Amino acid sequence: MRKLYKFHGGVHPPSNKTQSTRSAIAHAPLSSRLVVPLHQHAGETAKPVVQAGDHVLKGQMIGMPDGFVSSAVHAPTSGTITAIGMQAIAHPSGLPNLCATLMPDGREEWIERIPVDYREHSPSELQHRLRMAGVVGLGGAAFPSDVKLRTGKLKIATLILNGAECEPYITCDDMLMRERAAEIVQGAETLRYMLDAGEVLYGVEDNKPEAIAALQQAIKDSGLKHEAVAIPTIYPVGSVKQLIRVLTGQEVPSGKLPTDIGVQCFNVATAGAVHRALARGEPLLSRIVTVTGNVLRAQNFEALIGTPVAELVALAGTLPDTNGYIMGGPMMGFPLPDIQVPLVKATNCIIAASEKLFPPPPPPMPCIRCTRCVEVCPAELQPQDLYWFARSREFGRAQAFSLFDCIECGACSYVCPSNIPLVQFYRFAKSEIRAREHDKQLADQARERHEYHEYRIEREKREKAERLAAKEKAALASRHAGDPPLTSQQKTEQAELETRRAHILERAKSEVEHAGE
Amino acid sequence: MLSALLVMAAIAIVLGAILGFAAIKFRVEDNPLVDKIDAVLPQTQCGQCSYPGCKPYATAIAAGEADINRCPPGGEEGIQKLADLLGMEFKPFGSDTAAPKPKSLAFIDETTCIGCTLCIQACPVDAIVGAAKQMHTVIAAECTGCELCVAPCPVDCISMQVIEEKIGNWKWKYPVYALTTAGNVAAEATR
Repeated sequence: MRKLYKFHGGVHPPSNKTQSTRSAIAHAPLSSRLVVPLHQHAGETAKPVVQAGDHVLKGQMIGMPDGFVSSAVHAPTSGTITAIGMQAIAHPSGLPNLCATLMPDGREEWIERIPVDYREHSPSELQHRLRMAGVVGLGGAAFPSDVKLRTGKLKIATLILNGAECEPYITCDDMLMRERAAEIVQGAETLRYMLDAGEVLYGVEDNKPEAIAALQQAIKDSGLKHEAVAIPTIYPVGSVKQLIRVLTGQEVPSGKLPTDIGVQCFNVATAGAVHRALARGEPLLSRIVTVTGNVLRAQNFEALIGTPVAELVALAGTLPDTNGYIMGGPMMGFPLPDIQVPLVKATNCIIAASEKLFPPPPPPMPCIRCTRCVEVCPAELQPQDLYWFARSREFGRAQAFSLFDCIECGACSYVCPSNIPLVQFYRFAKSEIRAREHDKQLADQARERHEYHEYRIEREKREKAERLAAKEKAALASRHAGDPPLTSQQKTEQAELETRRAHILERAKSEVEHAGE
Repeated sequence: MLSALLVMAAIAIVLGAILGFAAIKFRVEDNPLVDKIDAVLPQTQCGQCSYPGCKPYATAIAAGEADINRCPPGGEEGIQKLADLLGMEFKPFGSDTAAPKPKSLAFIDETTCIGCTLCIQACPVDAIVGAAKQMHTVIAAECTGCELCVAPCPVDCISMQVIEEKIGNWKWKYPVYALTTAGNVAAEATR
């Protein structure tokens, strides 16, 4: 038995997972219209490389990665691109974003798929392939996987595959591990090769015995030296820093990345996607999503990216008293502004909400400083102080109290006896601070440009004056160089010329002086 | 007694020499307060404060010649920051300064532009590219929204466009909810 460690705090919300694990993963039928957002990952929006009217094949790139942290986007099936424009997407703001609309032709014609054996390629070549295959973290943050694999000179001792899935209701990773453990193990080995990591650990909460057994069997079958570890069920053990703590006993320092302590972490579904992208040459076109909550048949679906959420919930059969939909889990998810939004790479779960399942919280009361939030905070912060600073907009002090170490897990709000929406305050403060830092950057840039502008004007003035002076000098020199003595008429002409020249010079100079105004 | 006096005198001379040397060697050229004030100003370089740029305004504030409430792009928050920095009271905008506007960027209607270069000369941050009788365009990433290019345009082809809220610059809003205390429902101050 492996020695496991504990992290501070944590909560035990009712898991509500069994509803959606009764039946196997089903394939969602092909939708009549797919809307593929070009910004499905953390970082820069992909640049569209197709136009409205183009016919595309399944797996053809429609968005090119643009920038270091970016990832490609592909056509999930063959068909015709009918539009590239702003469409409603799944985002807490409810604002639209750039999407490609695809009308499938139903033929599912693939592009040419080129499988590669990872052992025959360098890690940097494989990173490029993953970037072009649009592989991003499938745990929810959708961070481009190739960037996480660029560890530079840092030595990775431990690779962790995150199958904890600690948030209530969500079972997509559980079902994936049960049904496709072999793919995950192969993907994990590929990641281990790319990182040149030592040991490979799978962290799975002990409320998923079937998944752990499936992984152990797959590891045995593959003959690899990986280890599937059952970890105690506690929310939020699936958060990177907490999972690392539990499995290795090491703590990722504030403001540092796991790679700084020699650990890297990937979601189990990401490992599966890595395997598919390389060993089969298939870009990331679909994902498994849990549809649960107030539905008749809670289930996991493998659905194409771009499938409208409305069609997925219809498959599960929404009950009549449904009053909203949540994307993600009940702790960290957000209510969908519009049910027609498309499924994206980050969508792990759709919960149909009802008054019975999620009764409206009682009205918030003042903070009584009970410090229950401190007891449960997995990041060992002082949530009540952060709340106070965010509320009074004392952003500097909030930052000094490590606001940015908050993982927004919602454990504090969950236990708050006054029902204060604490996480909303932290999100507000974080985005205000980020906006301010951005403004500051712009201001510094403007200051620099303005200073250069002034310097340039000054320099141009000086150079023009110098040029004029040099010309004058040259003219004088040529006049005095060995001219024959002048007649009186020539002398008067000369004098007139001289006065005219002086006048012109005067005017030119005054023009130069006024040019900068 | 004498030796003690001599030793003390010698120490005083040596230390004095060091201090004198340091005063010359590490002399601060500019007024550091000006830079501190300049760091708080938004660097729009718009001249709405009646000074020809942010630095001259900062210099005037440092010299006590200008009020802290003359910078509309900085908004009331900017005034608050200046007040905190200088240990002064917050002062609302006066009637002679323009009201703060949402941040916007200059946009050149390229079909109307005649290529006169007047806007290029007016731009304080060189954010307009173009040449004589060639179409001009604004580098949006560098534009500070100072509006100085709008007036010189002889064909009025420059307009100011307010920066829209998009996913990229969207911010979480301040949570607003009804606060209940002992049966009294009072709206949470939203300020």
